[in-house]
Amino acid sequence: MTGSASGLGRIGVVTFPGSLDDGDAQRAVRLAGGEPVALWHRDKNLHQVDAVVLPGGFSYGDYLRCGAIARFSPVMEPLLEQARAGMPVLGICNGFQVLCESHLLPGALTRNDHLHFVCRDQKLRVERTDTAWTSDYTHGQEITVPLKNGEGGYVADEHTLDALEAEGRVVFRYVGGNPNGSRRDIAGITNEAGNVVGLMPHPEHAVETLTGPTTDGLGFFTSALKRLVTA
Amino acid sequence: MARVVVDVMLKPEILDPQGQAVQRALPRLGFEGVDGVRQGKRFELEVAEPVTDDALARIHDLAETFLANTVIENFTVRVEDAESAQGAPA
Repeated sequence: MTGSASGLGRIGVVTFPGSLDDGDAQRAVRLAGGEPVALWHRDKNLHQVDAVVLPGGFSYGDYLRCGAIARFSPVMEPLLEQARAGMPVLGICNGFQVLCESHLLPGALTRNDHLHFVCRDQKLRVERTDTAWTSDYTHGQEITVPLKNGEGGYVADEHTLDALEAEGRVVFRYVGGNPNGSRRDIAGITNEAGNVVGLMPHPEHAVETLTGPTTDGLGFFTSALKRLVTA
Repeated sequence: MARVVVDVMLKPEILDPQGQAVQRALPRLGFEGVDGVRQGKRFELEVAEPVTDDALARIHDLAETFLANTVIENFTVRVEDAESAQGAPA
């Protein structure tokens, strides 16, 4: 891994036109002890970052499908290449949608089954603790982070859902009520290698008590930074 | 110019809450007897004539990679002829 002059792990946060939570994601990286690096959607390289966060928001106005146009941004080309080579990538909400559209993760996110936009604090169960982004949690740990989406219903065909379960690739499941009709209460998943994680809820909004319901989200970023140090 | 139409629909097994909401509104508007509504997207591509097999194949690729998400959607590609474009019976 590429070290920075400061010795801190460098985590890039991509800003697409319409991204909203890039600032909070950068702040979460900083609070976790890392060096946030702003990446622009038109960047053709990743500026030697060690990991990347695709933040929440409404990239390209959610036109066509959520994440469908962002998926073809210039920055996605080096990102896809390095993600396949093992670089940690976290997609939050719209970022999760981008990861599914780019086929780094299987399935798709569809309109919430009740058609309402959901904005609430959501309890999740952590079911995988050996991914790049979840090693600071314990198996079965319940965390509470904000959830806010209109198209957060995770869908995939039965064969894919069965494979995700069998391979232990469901990382987070909704607890205390399914907020959007996601199949099998799935809130977040990972790829086969465990370096790419996507979820609809927002850990970057739960990193300090002043503004978040908990600090439960900080573990995503400390997990990735630890992985970078030991890599 | 010729028009190529790409229709995109959610796969039958994918829940379409928007279509359901439209259907539920119909009785209130006095429309009875509609048992189901599915909502999709239609893209009209204006392309240079003639629409060759090669051009159609490329539009098919475009639809498959971009206009539709084949995880949840099906699509069809067809060339719209001048008559049907004017609303005449096909």
